[in-house]
Amino acid sequence: MTSADLDIKGCPSRLAPPDAPNTSDPAPFVRKVGQQSRLTLSVRGAKCGACLSRIEGAVAALPGVASARLNLSNGRLDVSWTGDLAARRISAAVNDLGYGTSPLDTGSGDQAHKKEEQSLLLAMGVAGFATANIMLLSVSVWGGAGEMGEATRQGLHAVSGLIALPTLLFSGQPFFKSAWNVLKRRRTNMDVPISLALILAFSVSVAETIRGGEHAYFDAACMLLFFLLIGRFLDARVRRQAYSAARGLAALSSRTVTRLAVDGTSQSLRAEDIRRGDRILLAPGERAVVDMKIESGESEVDESLVTGESLPRFSAPGMSLMAGAINLSHPLIGRATAASADSLLADIARMLEAGEQKRSTYRRIADKAVSLYVPVVHSVALLTFLGWLLAGRDMREAILIAVSTLIITCPCALALAAPVVQVVAAGRLFRGGVYLKSGDALERIAACDHVIFDKTGTLTLGTPRLTAQQLQPADLAVAAQLGRASRHPLSRALTAAAGPGPVALGVKEFPGLGLEGEVDGVTCRLGSAVWTGADAAAHTGASLFLARGSDTPVEIRFEDDIQPEAAAAITQLRRLGLGVEIVSGDRPEAVADVAGKLGIETWMAAASPQDKVRRLTDLEASGKRVLMIGDGLNDAGALALAHASAAPGGALDVSQSAADAVYASGLAPLPLLVRTARRARAAMLQNFAFAAAYNFVAVPIAIIGYATPLVAAIAMSGSSLIVCLNAIRLNLNTEKTA
Amino acid sequence: MSGLVFLIPIALLMGLTGLVAFIWAVRSGQFDDPDGAAHRILISPDTPLGEP
Repeated sequence: MTSADLDIKGCPSRLAPPDAPNTSDPAPFVRKVGQQSRLTLSVRGAKCGACLSRIEGAVAALPGVASARLNLSNGRLDVSWTGDLAARRISAAVNDLGYGTSPLDTGSGDQAHKKEEQSLLLAMGVAGFATANIMLLSVSVWGGAGEMGEATRQGLHAVSGLIALPTLLFSGQPFFKSAWNVLKRRRTNMDVPISLALILAFSVSVAETIRGGEHAYFDAACMLLFFLLIGRFLDARVRRQAYSAARGLAALSSRTVTRLAVDGTSQSLRAEDIRRGDRILLAPGERAVVDMKIESGESEVDESLVTGESLPRFSAPGMSLMAGAINLSHPLIGRATAASADSLLADIARMLEAGEQKRSTYRRIADKAVSLYVPVVHSVALLTFLGWLLAGRDMREAILIAVSTLIITCPCALALAAPVVQVVAAGRLFRGGVYLKSGDALERIAACDHVIFDKTGTLTLGTPRLTAQQLQPADLAVAAQLGRASRHPLSRALTAAAGPGPVALGVKEFPGLGLEGEVDGVTCRLGSAVWTGADAAAHTGASLFLARGSDTPVEIRFEDDIQPEAAAAITQLRRLGLGVEIVSGDRPEAVADVAGKLGIETWMAAASPQDKVRRLTDLEASGKRVLMIGDGLNDAGALALAHASAAPGGALDVSQSAADAVYASGLAPLPLLVRTARRARAAMLQNFAFAAAYNFVAVPIAIIGYATPLVAAIAMSGSSLIVCLNAIRLNLNTEKTA
Repeated sequence: MSGLVFLIPIALLMGLTGLVAFIWAVRSGQFDDPDGAAHRILISPDTPLGEP
């Protein structure tokens, strides 16, 4: 690792923005295994190979660390060490590189998802092996038709059957179990016709082999299984990724809290162990995880993620503090006014749950296709059987033809149609800086015709910057000398503008007022109008005043910059036919300013989280499909309830977990997201249309009894291939237009 | 045709070897982090050649 690497904060590939450090102590999450201590951290912002070596290198360099391994696919860092290394130093080492961390409780639902994915992968591998080997034998049967002796053919069929039986028993389980479960509840799903086709195809083939018949469908049964399992596996992988992203909420509430005992000693606890009335110490830089009432200490508090207010608020004893607020300057001691289950955070979690429930009622295109498909196929197969029986054929022949109908209509193309498109579109979006969290998100985003933006941190950069104004360089230098001693966002903006330099002597910070220190022997004050004795009437928006000795105070103005690509992105979204609107929790003048600059007519300011949700439901009631874009805790409810939603990578983890998609930075990826979603939906519909058309051609062939195993094999692999190629076409085309 | 008696079992055995290798790979967690594996191959050690 070179020293240049150390200076970079966050992912060097810029796929993810640097994350704010989490100052809470992961110690309660350390597990002891014999001599070794183990800790699992969820790392946010690691997206490329350089992240791997930087993070693993930094952690492995700590004393006593035996192993450190980061899983790039799900962002989990497993560390084990011996000795008395403090868990805090591990998270600090990762934080120092610019990545966010939160401790993870292992052994929760994640294991179940991982197991499901792994067993599907195994089932798929076994089915693939069987398909290839049976096909090897089948091709010789087909090729040797007319020349091959009956005994040889029977022998080859028997070997095929011996391969097919264990495959069916092992790889067919996911379908059989699911079909049995729904049949018990007297309902039906896609797996019922699949199981039926598999079992019938196998039994008929066994009977034919024993009889020495010409056709056996062992290859068709295994191939069917293989293609279906590919679709299943892709689907499970997309769902597991969505699940591990959704665990952001759990990770947030698994932060730790410093509780003060009666004798003044402090203790690190999990947030969920905090009870109402506990005394809590909130260190500078720390985020409150429960609602609390301040008892001692005065400080500036950043509530931008809770309320959307871009300026910090002054907090003093007697005032209350909401969960999600970040303490900026001085330690605060407060009393929890609610257990974490009753705090604002939990309220928002409940809003998220309501959103999840609403989403689960969303019917995917694939579900709709299946509900049409199942009854049609079953009645066609039954009618074929009865028809041939009535036409005077014997039972054996009627069954054989009916089964071949069932096999040939079996939904290979249908099973692959949606998952393949999802995987291709997700890969395309990932390269464009968008991380998609669920498969059906594409369908929902494609249907949206209205966008609601949050302001702070979404349309704007979220951090104040010095305005281009007439400020004497000398004044800036003096102000920066004072500002370097403070964590206040405006001080940081000042020092960012002034660059590196000295710090004034003996700077004292007075929460809610400002700073005082000595520069060149003169006592200077930097802060509010009241603090510096400036004319308070002139004070609007975000500004600081600098007073040098007894001189007239100088005003220093700040603004929250609009994202550089915002205007272009909004124009493109409009061109795609979406209505644009701002709903923000910030002050009306700040919102009006941004709306004016971006040419957005509809805006709403000072909106509470409930107001946002209400605006959303009003719009949905009027028939609009809303795409919500926001980053704050105050947006989380709206994000979960909207028809579809997206959050920037810098957003709070709750918001990221509530959103359907997370985009890297800037607003440029948003038009790409909408465009790709629409193309993906089009490709899915094309695939389903193709699958339907295929059945229109294949079913008559099967009904009149011409669906030999060879025809079935060609039809199945051919249709699956066409569906996959159509999905990949989506990738090629977007590449050209993007 | 009598060659089939040897050839088919040999073909199946070769296929099975591949399958067993695949099952071993899945079980030993080689498919747990496909993204990381793709990147790890590009990470070079910081020590000069010959040193551990």
